[in-house]
Amino acid sequence: MSRQSDVKATELRGYPRSDGRKGIRNVVIVAYLVECAHHVGREIVSNFRGKDVHLIGFPGCFPNEYAQHMMERLCTHPNIGAVLLLSLGCESFNKFSLSRIVAASDRPVATLTIQNNGGTLSTIEDGTAWVGEQLEALKAAETVPMRLDELVVGTVCGGSDGTSGLTGNPAVGRAFDRLVEAGATCIFEETGELIGCEEIMADRATTPGLADELRASVAKAARYYATLGYGSFAPGNADGGLSTIEEKSMGAYAKSGSSPISGIIKPGDIAPTGGLFLMDVVPDGEVRFGFPNISDNAEIVEMIASGCHLTLFVTGRGSVAGSAISPVIKVCANPETYRKLAGDMDVDAGRILEGDATLDEVGTEILTLIMEVARGTKTKSEHLGHREFILTYKSFEPIGPACLPTAA
Amino acid sequence: MATPEDAQADDGSDGRLLLLSDEDNVLVARQPISAGETILVTGVPVHIGKDILLGHKIARQTIAESEKVRKYGAPIGSATRAIALGEHVHVHNMKSDYTRTHIIDASDEEKSR
Repeated sequence: MSRQSDVKATELRGYPRSDGRKGIRNVVIVAYLVECAHHVGREIVSNFRGKDVHLIGFPGCFPNEYAQHMMERLCTHPNIGAVLLLSLGCESFNKFSLSRIVAASDRPVATLTIQNNGGTLSTIEDGTAWVGEQLEALKAAETVPMRLDELVVGTVCGGSDGTSGLTGNPAVGRAFDRLVEAGATCIFEETGELIGCEEIMADRATTPGLADELRASVAKAARYYATLGYGSFAPGNADGGLSTIEEKSMGAYAKSGSSPISGIIKPGDIAPTGGLFLMDVVPDGEVRFGFPNISDNAEIVEMIASGCHLTLFVTGRGSVAGSAISPVIKVCANPETYRKLAGDMDVDAGRILEGDATLDEVGTEILTLIMEVARGTKTKSEHLGHREFILTYKSFEPIGPACLPTAA
Repeated sequence: MATPEDAQADDGSDGRLLLLSDEDNVLVARQPISAGETILVTGVPVHIGKDILLGHKIARQTIAESEKVRKYGAPIGSATRAIALGEHVHVHNMKSDYTRTHIIDASDEEKSR
């Protein structure tokens, strides 16, 4: 294999995929296409404890373009090596289209339909056998050099408190600034937690048209949540000292760092270039299917659908979340929480408050950890077997041209 | 925006309080402050009646009813009643200017379980 001249190329290695992207993991995914097939999927995956076999799925029986698109993106994510689809047989999900798309990506794919496969037991047996074969085959998978500018990193915050905006989020912001400078793609969210930050955020847009779109995306979120009667704010946020959604927003906004904002994407969109992108997670049109993201893992899943190889998760109260498909690095903003939940936390950012580290030092630590995790080191949540996954109903309009000025 | 390492309030306030922006009318506790303590807030001694937990806010000056509460140099809501210097600033005396804040009514003892 020829060595590339770029020194960064020697730093990472990835599994090459047919679309040119590279994976930092090589996971076999088992995907149920309606809740009725969930149990069979869970039983199959339970036969591979400790192995890279993850369960994802969509519970609904009604068709939904967003969910179909998300499943396509997730099943062809660079961290995925093979895909088993589980159908009951009568659901609305288009398994034929999904299977064709996965096959076209040069990944092994099989569909088992419980109604045509002799029911629960024989489907579990056949699925287990297929997954076992794929795991064996993936052992021979080769990796190739991967540059830092091929890496896609998302950031989400959850279980926030009054420390999140002081330590964890700005430290992630420092790491993001350096990743963006190195050409990587960084994605932050979520518009419902940027309420009150729209003007300072718009000032960072690379074009005036994008600035207008950034303001509009936050206004859409404010309208959406006002209709629902609740902001993106949980009682634990208040226990931790946050009094209002705009206070929480100011803290959440800090994780975007200080780079120029290159564009807005929606869940499942792949950013066209490196740079910093806002993910607009709030559905378009009238309020239809309820809360935009019912909990933190739904946001992580959307980050992954947009190609994130790993997600930085900042918490103050103490989230223990992980995710299927892509590793989650947990950055703990609160030193008291870190002492209580050290076994779940990858980074102790709260020590900044106690004078034991600076934001830059923790930012560097996060960056170093990103590189290690990209090279295969497991995060705390991976070690603990956290593989949460949520996908629900939404509806989006395609992104407008002003949202991605660099793609034109 | 000031960072925690340079935000220690140098306006005559207790070292456990952070001033995130000169425009702010609240200070943030970077360490807990216990009920019963008398601490300095902008040089004025203030008796702390209830524990101030990590990450919570106290008033850096008197704040009038309906006045904007400012943190990070930005408005984070409005006072729902007059707030005294050194008083805990939270959901009981301020509100969002966007959507209401949802809290669960429970005692501190219940919440510690």
